[in-house]
Amino acid sequence: MRRLVLALLCGSAVSLAFAGVAVTDDAAQWGPYKVGDKRSGYTFAQPETRAIQEDDFENPAFLLVDAAAELWETAEGEAGKSCADCHEDVESMKGVGTRYPIYFEPWGKLMNVEQRINQCRVDNMKAEPWKYESDALLGMTMLVKLQSRGMPMEVSIDGPAAPFYEKGKAFYEERRGQLDMACAHCHVDNAGTMLRANLLTQGQPNGFPTYRLKWQKAGSLHRRLRGCNKQVRAKPFKAGSDEYVNLELYISHRANGLPVETPAVRN
Amino acid sequence: MAKPKPRIRAPKKASKGEVIEIKTLISHPMESGQRKDRKTGEIIPRKIINAFTCTYNGQEVFKADFHPAISANPYMSFFVKVKESGEFEFTWVDDDGTTYSKKSKLTVN
Amino acid sequence: MTSQTKAEQTGAAGWTRRRFIITLGAASAAAAGLTALPGGAAWSAEDAKTVEEEIKRLMGGKELADGAKIISMDLPQIAENGNTVPLEVSVESPMTEADHVTTVHIVADGNPRPGVASFHFSPLSGRAQASTRMRLAKTQNVIAIAEMSDGKAYMTKAEVKVTIGGCGG
Repeated sequence: MRRLVLALLCGSAVSLAFAGVAVTDDAAQWGPYKVGDKRSGYTFAQPETRAIQEDDFENPAFLLVDAAAELWETAEGEAGKSCADCHEDVESMKGVGTRYPIYFEPWGKLMNVEQRINQCRVDNMKAEPWKYESDALLGMTMLVKLQSRGMPMEVSIDGPAAPFYEKGKAFYEERRGQLDMACAHCHVDNAGTMLRANLLTQGQPNGFPTYRLKWQKAGSLHRRLRGCNKQVRAKPFKAGSDEYVNLELYISHRANGLPVETPAVRN
Repeated sequence: MAKPKPRIRAPKKASKGEVIEIKTLISHPMESGQRKDRKTGEIIPRKIINAFTCTYNGQEVFKADFHPAISANPYMSFFVKVKESGEFEFTWVDDDGTTYSKKSKLTVN
Repeated sequence: MTSQTKAEQTGAAGWTRRRFIITLGAASAAAAGLTALPGGAAWSAEDAKTVEEEIKRLMGGKELADGAKIISMDLPQIAENGNTVPLEVSVESPMTEADHVTTVHIVADGNPRPGVASFHFSPLSGRAQASTRMRLAKTQNVIAIAEMSDGKAYMTKAEVKVTIGGCGG
């Protein structure tokens, strides 16, 4: 049944869904990109795609990162402040990318890095928040997370974050859409097998925002989640919605131990 | 669209007669003219970087013509044989006539 | 060409990775059937007209010798995504004032518009080599045509398989 559903998912009833292709599984080969059973999307990518990620110059995501480095120093808003006025060098953001989403007391709910940046703009700079998926917000999110590149993800789900983690977990395991599929069907049960000509990954978020070849630009984790939801013909949630931030906490915790790779390059 | 921004990777120093590699990247969607707007069904007009030029001390050393089949954020790498110190100038030409350029100095000894 | 063993080790995607490099002595099946254009029946009639038009536009009616021995194209044999296919092309040449490559044209025979790029070299290039990234609409041949300072021209080609993804997202 699942085989049929997935075949339908990719628009062909006679596809290669789950052809059971053996996957190279050599810890030494994958270095930091494989921790225990956890495998970064890097290990599922083709060599040509990995090569673009390996050289920051060749990675087009850095075009937005470069622009964000200028924005970091640029005063905006009524307070006349730049990011650098409070935080000094962007290196002060080291570690931030490993911890988010976090529980944010004033909201009584979770907050991810994108939302943290916008909250800072509103509260401290008295500036307009950036639109989700705008080049500015993508660039700044990547610049902030880049400071943690190589550090292991260590998202906390203790204390007040716990109920939101449970919500995210429920979302991950809940069937949805016309194809009646949960995230876990592809990314847990069938990670490493073929879905038509694509290799299903574990859906690890440690490289986001990421430069995606399909998009031909950098994009957020929530954009990717929307794409996943659309693929099972479910109504996607809004980028930045509570549903997706809760899900982000669940999958980020699931990635704990994998290195931050932002900005990664993926198919 | 934000103003396209070029990135250059070129050595700052080289020895006389050395052949050096130069890598370039510029932010640009490279709209192919083949895509349709999902809402209106209209063809989205072509808008690409159609030419790239590299000069050294004013002399053209490498040039490329691009068609819509070049990927978004065009990447270009090539080689230059350097004989004396000087300055590279890299220029990209947009379909709308706008040019974007960047310079890079090189010391040859 | 990468050996099979190595390919399996590095093949993250389960399929083997074999880069398609056509060089001296490594003339592969894709290049073997190639003769001078125009008039070659190497591709389907549907595409031929457009590709021939493009080649005619670039080269006039000039005869194109088999370039398999002097032109190298480094391309993935299977492209994960047709939006961004890396290409490196190089042509053997001393690159002197008297003997150098002037231009390399890249044409893709299965794209709605077959033109990809033209690279113009000079003796100051030092090396007739260039890399870029291109879009391939489907599985097809990538053609390289090299023009020399002595007026001669050569052509070779290589096939790239473009996969159709399952989870576009």
